[in-house]
Amino acid sequence: MGMTLTEKILARHAGKDRVEPGELILAKVDLALGNDVTSPIAIDAVRRMGVKAVFDREKIALVPDHFAPNKDIKSAEQMKKMREFAREYGIVNYFEVGRMGIEHVLLPDEGLVVPGDLVIGADSHTCTYGALCAFSTGVGSTDLAAAMISGEVWLKVPSSLRIVLTGKPGKWVEGKDVILHIIGKIGVDGALYQAMEYAGDGLSSLPMAWRFTMSNMAIEAGAKNGIFPFDGITRAYADARAKRKYEVVAADKDAGYAAEMSVDLSSLEPQVAFPHLPSNTRPLSRVGNVPIDQVVVGSCTNGRIEDLRSAAAVIRGRKVHDGVRMLIFPATQEIYLQAMREGLMETFVVAGAAFSTPTCGPCLGGHMGVLAKGERAIATTNRNFVGRMGHPESEVYLANPAIAAASAVLGRIGGPDELGL
Amino acid sequence: MILNGRAWKYGDDVDTDVIIPARYLNTSDPAELAKHCMEDIDGNYASGVSAGDFIVAGKNFGCGSSREHAPIAIKASGARAVIAGSFARIFYRNAFNMGLPIIEAPQAVDGIDSGDVLAVDMENGILRNETKKREYGIATVPPFMRELVAAGGLLNYMAGRRKGK
Ligand code: SF4
Repeated sequence: MGMTLTEKILARHAGKDRVEPGELILAKVDLALGNDVTSPIAIDAVRRMGVKAVFDREKIALVPDHFAPNKDIKSAEQMKKMREFAREYGIVNYFEVGRMGIEHVLLPDEGLVVPGDLVIGADSHTCTYGALCAFSTGVGSTDLAAAMISGEVWLKVPSSLRIVLTGKPGKWVEGKDVILHIIGKIGVDGALYQAMEYAGDGLSSLPMAWRFTMSNMAIEAGAKNGIFPFDGITRAYADARAKRKYEVVAADKDAGYAAEMSVDLSSLEPQVAFPHLPSNTRPLSRVGNVPIDQVVVGSCTNGRIEDLRSAAAVIRGRKVHDGVRMLIFPATQEIYLQAMREGLMETFVVAGAAFSTPTCGPCLGGHMGVLAKGERAIATTNRNFVGRMGHPESEVYLANPAIAAASAVLGRIGGPDELGL
Repeated sequence: MILNGRAWKYGDDVDTDVIIPARYLNTSDPAELAKHCMEDIDGNYASGVSAGDFIVAGKNFGCGSSREHAPIAIKASGARAVIAGSFARIFYRNAFNMGLPIIEAPQAVDGIDSGDVLAVDMENGILRNETKKREYGIATVPPFMRELVAAGGLLNYMAGRRKGK
């Protein structure tokens, strides 16, 4: 029997001809990632072991983003620890405030992740790079420490869930809606330990930005990774950005899948995930009257230029509702600059929204937009767990950027068609 | 090796916030974390657990964040292993990396109540509920994972390998 995309990439990095689901392997990593929350623990471990050099100075990325720019003294200490380690060990890919961005948008955009790679990161949303036809997954700080020292990681080969996409999505339906729909269908542990592998002719209508959003949320279905096949859309993105040569991988025709499901994109409505699980989804038409206090557009899920364009197209010439605070977080400095050049920044500010420097900030209830008791937000982020954006009695609803922007104008959750768009 | 101990039983989707609440994450001292282990779900656990006991739970144990404080707290609390219907995958890795054995036993967990005395044979894949007089097959732990546990975690295992080189 042939191999799936994930099995092929894992086999190649383990130096094997083939691997089987369930098999434990020791694999070489092309990139190991840490952020300001997880890398300090890994750095302490590396130092404790008396290790003086990392396995490869170019294959480690350290990105301060969760509490950057320094939120308080404690986070300043964490960030200082990263910075000093990066200097001392000569880590090439350390990104300082002013040159940084949210890790999972920054690394592929910088060309540090390329198709066919094996990437681990001490952050659960490391699965984002599956959009590039790479294998990437979230691990713990000890795994990061071990990888920084040895360049290797132990992995259990996951079985794969094949998701066949057909048809073309309708107006206002984006990648976010496709993945929310899938999670709503299979549940938060619906793909536990598995690889989600996309296929089908529907792929041709999914731009890279949407694929990143969909791979990003694979973890929200419990999956190890969420991977897209390599096609012309991948090639255009990778060729414009890749800092290294890459080798294209394709699944075998006779690859074995643990299960298969299909999604007809043309039948989808925009989706909204209600508190407190990403699987608690409803189509927009069945949301009802849900007034909101805050709107957040950004994060590693939907903070790309395409997302800002989508929100700006809805908000242009309109005003943010009196009772609502709207916050826009471009994911990287590059996106920030592009938004400025395209006039999107002006569109948002004129409408009455706040436009921020890149940070994870409100996505994890860290800073720059934390919710009070009883407050309700609609966000383009990926998690709506209890207390995710602030007080344990606040609420987060998840949606795509166009829905979030329309809701900002309406003062309650709603779609752009209510604004005559 | 056969592990013997009493069960502390919990339900499905026990998340990392319940295992060790975020308000205690300003330290990574195992003994300090152990004092608050399971606090928000079971106030009696930390003071009542004896060395060698088992935490037993339903599906998706350890879901949520990638924080390693969760398995550190459990291990330091004295629990010998966690037995559950299934585990969230980052918790699964972190547990082995910390040297905390975890056992997937979807058939067995339903029939286990708090206080039951269990015997677990990890090499041969047998879990016996001595209190209820029932025996179940469990997935055996692969040799590599047993080595991790025996070494006391991934970093110790690596340190051993580096010395061996
Ligand atoms: S934007 Fe949110 S989900 Fe993404 S890395 Fe930052 S905190 Fe995590």
